[in-house]
Amino acid sequence: MGPIMDDGRPIFIQIAEKIEDDIIGEGMPEETQVPSTNQFASFYQINPATAAKGVNLLVDQGILYKKRGIGMFVASGAREKLVEKRKEQFYEQYVITMIHEAKKLGITTDQLTDMVRRGDGLK
Amino acid sequence: MNPIVEVNRLNKTYGKDTVIRDVSFVIEQNKIYGLLGRNGAGKTTIMHILTAQLFPTSGDMLVFGEKPYENNRVLSRLCFIKESQKYPDSFRIVDVLAVAASIYPNWDQKYALQLVEDFRLPLKRRMKKLSRGMLSSVGVIVGLASRAPLTIFDEPYLGLDAVARNLFYEKLIEDYAEYPRTFILSTHLIDEVSNLLEHVILIDAGKILIDEDADEIREKAYTAVGAAQQVNKLTAGKKIIHQESIGGMMTTTVLERLNGAQRREAATLGIEIVPVSLQQLIVHLTGNKGNGKVAES
Repeated sequence: MGPIMDDGRPIFIQIAEKIEDDIIGEGMPEETQVPSTNQFASFYQINPATAAKGVNLLVDQGILYKKRGIGMFVASGAREKLVEKRKEQFYEQYVITMIHEAKKLGITTDQLTDMVRRGDGLK
Repeated sequence: MNPIVEVNRLNKTYGKDTVIRDVSFVIEQNKIYGLLGRNGAGKTTIMHILTAQLFPTSGDMLVFGEKPYENNRVLSRLCFIKESQKYPDSFRIVDVLAVAASIYPNWDQKYALQLVEDFRLPLKRRMKKLSRGMLSSVGVIVGLASRAPLTIFDEPYLGLDAVARNLFYEKLIEDYAEYPRTFILSTHLIDEVSNLLEHVILIDAGKILIDEDADEIREKAYTAVGAAQQVNKLTAGKKIIHQESIGGMMTTTVLERLNGAQRREAATLGIEIVPVSLQQLIVHLTGNKGNGKVAES
């Protein structure tokens, strides 16, 4: 169903990541209102309780905050906080995996560095 | 926690055949439940008992805090949509809606008519002239527009095409968000509904195999894919529920939550970790292990 959801990880975490991506990409600027949990639920075709769990995860981290009677908003400073968190994850998620694959194929560290430079030259 | 159904040690036998054994569970208010399992697992029997259409052989059950049998306080709050509902020959869709309006206290006629339009149904056509899919759509509409505090759908899909099924999921989520209530969905199309479910009860051979939040279940198992030797290293001593190999490659599904250390170990061993969908997990858990012996209902 919700074509953007993958199968294995809890959906509420994936919802939180989607919102994070949107904040990092500045689709949801700081101090703007985010969609309601019911809107998220209809859009992604997921259970509203699950959507609420994802949103609350970000509230707990101070990324979103609640304005009583109005809705959820992106906290100021949220973007910077998220970028820092994602940088930490970047090493584990991408660098380590890349190095393993490179080793398997017999690519040396120098060759790998060259490839990164070459990739960076594209755009 | 706010239980609206409490089932305690339910058994149902037909002669020598036990179709439900020692089943206990709780249904909490305003959640969407999936009642899943193979054909003949006992899902329909449980739903018939819940809706007071069948007596259990033993065990207790409370629905909205009371015994449901011939109890209108309970039954007026239930809506049970069966797989193949029968209608009187002379009935048209509009007549079915009129009867539903008289049965269900929360019936929303305006919403029902809107759904008839959304599902493109001919309001004045006789029920016996409808296609299988159209009949199913009528069931879906009655179930949604009843706005019953406990609405149970038993395989509502027969003959519904992908477009109509999607429309059903969409409307269900929308209406549930606006009017929270409790749903129990029984279905074979697990992949399609898995994102809608908050809680899953899996029945196999008349017994409960899983009774957990859907999100918990998603992390219950993982599949390791890689060179057989390495995969065996990672999964040695674990509870393996499925294994296949081709050439030197092996895929092994393990019933265990994967922690960070194991994830790193897998990466070091060059093993790919693939998530297990709810449907795959259920296939592995209820698949041909020979323990599925249960009477045909």
